[in-house]
Amino acid sequence: MKKAIEVSDLHVSYHGKQVLEHVSFQFECGNLIGIIGPNGAGKSTMLKGLLGLIPKDAGSITFGNEHVDAVRKKIAYVPQRSNIDWDFPIVVKDTVLLGTYPRLGLFRRPKKADKEWALACLEKVGMEEYANSQIGELSGGQQQRVFLARALAQEAAYFFLDEPFVGIDVSSEEVIIKILKDLRDEGKTIFVVHHDLTKVEKYFDGLVLINKELIDAGPVKQVFQPEKLQKAYQSPFTGLGMLGVGV
Amino acid sequence: MEFIQDLMNYGFLQKAFVTSIMVGIICGVIGSFIVLRGMALMGDAISHAVLPGVAISYMLGINYFYGAVVTGVLTALGIGVISQNSRVKSDSSIGLVFSAFFALGIILITRAKSATDLTQILFGNVLSVRTSDMWLTLIVGAVVLLAVIIFYKELLVSSFDETMAAAYGLRVRLIHYGIMVLLTLVTVASLQTVGVILVVSMLITPASTAYLLTNRLSVMIGLASFFGALSAVLGLYISFLYNMPSGPVIALATTAIFIIAFIFSPKQGVLWRAVRGNRHRAAIGK
Repeated sequence: MKKAIEVSDLHVSYHGKQVLEHVSFQFECGNLIGIIGPNGAGKSTMLKGLLGLIPKDAGSITFGNEHVDAVRKKIAYVPQRSNIDWDFPIVVKDTVLLGTYPRLGLFRRPKKADKEWALACLEKVGMEEYANSQIGELSGGQQQRVFLARALAQEAAYFFLDEPFVGIDVSSEEVIIKILKDLRDEGKTIFVVHHDLTKVEKYFDGLVLINKELIDAGPVKQVFQPEKLQKAYQSPFTGLGMLGVGV
Repeated sequence: MEFIQDLMNYGFLQKAFVTSIMVGIICGVIGSFIVLRGMALMGDAISHAVLPGVAISYMLGINYFYGAVVTGVLTALGIGVISQNSRVKSDSSIGLVFSAFFALGIILITRAKSATDLTQILFGNVLSVRTSDMWLTLIVGAVVLLAVIIFYKELLVSSFDETMAAAYGLRVRLIHYGIMVLLTLVTVASLQTVGVILVVSMLITPASTAYLLTNRLSVMIGLASFFGALSAVLGLYISFLYNMPSGPVIALATTAIFIIAFIFSPKQGVLWRAVRGNRHRAAIGK
């Protein structure tokens, strides 16, 4: 399999404070990877660090042997819902259309074919009947599906989703995870910042477990182990038995 | 009606008319982005901060346009430097920088010229627009409109979801400072019509009015321009009729239009909200 991403000894600080240290891992293409860790572990920061949106202090990140700037147009990002202004004057189909912008580049405008493509992506997430609704009129799950449609419209190779399952309904969560798994099967690489440990084994192929530094990264079976989780969450993990993790 | 006749007869009135309409349009366009990006205070700051640039241009005997652009951009950079390199929050750094520039501007203006000029720059006097000022406004307006048309896609996506835009490689910092430059240009173009103190009303109020009326950015920009131009013409008319400074009159015209939309907007207006709320409660009551 082709190598998708390689991170070696990444250090990231934010406003002059060390947030992440000693992060190294690599994954091949066609993996659905969860980034997990306690609150304040630096999960979102790591996502932004991987994308080169905040400067790194040390270390290197390569996407299939290339620098991130060489593959930017192939990177789709789905923000945390709390980071979006839901009153913004934009309707659902135009939100999805934003996904075609990277391909269009400067100066070119979306044509009819691009608009049809955006609608097709909207259908994939089952939201076509809301095409003309303002995004703030949707429920949380619907909003998340629209943003996933935008990522689909981008025809990216790398997908980065920041807490996509927070505060959304069960059926939306099922739609989203199914699409992510389909993308994975097509050979895409998907990173998902996630905090609900109950579904980790069901959802992901690989895991990056962090708490201000890398605890472990690799296949779920290797990383999702009680002693490693305890180390990350730094408290006796009494709930692990309930989660089906042998203690 | 008499006003229309005067408009036909008097050259100074025609210039004022053309200038006000252009100012209304470009303030509406840039104002829409300022409102959506949550930069209202920044707009106020830049407009105040062009003052020392105007004064220095007077002293050097060059067009006030150049000095104003320089101090406007310096302000935007200064605010960025302070808020990114210290714990001082962004609204405080805005207040800190622009009050300093504004104070310096007032001192320089009173040194350079008489007090009547200061009043005109602060509060606007659209009836004193010269032919060269009109052309300046038209050219600046054309540049601003062209920039927004060319980079509409980039302005839209970076205003809506800056992280996504940055992730796919858009230079969002550059866009931010680009908007600051356009904002400075708009302020300079509006100087004679509304004056530096009240430019912010032309930037914020028509755009906010439009914001209450539509769910599409393109429509919002169109409506904001229309309300801006309408306010400017109303302001010109009243200021001509009753011999009042044009800036405050225009500012109040924008506010009047906003209040109408605030009450009667079909989706966001307080009136229909109350009606819908009552109906809903009545339906539950049954």
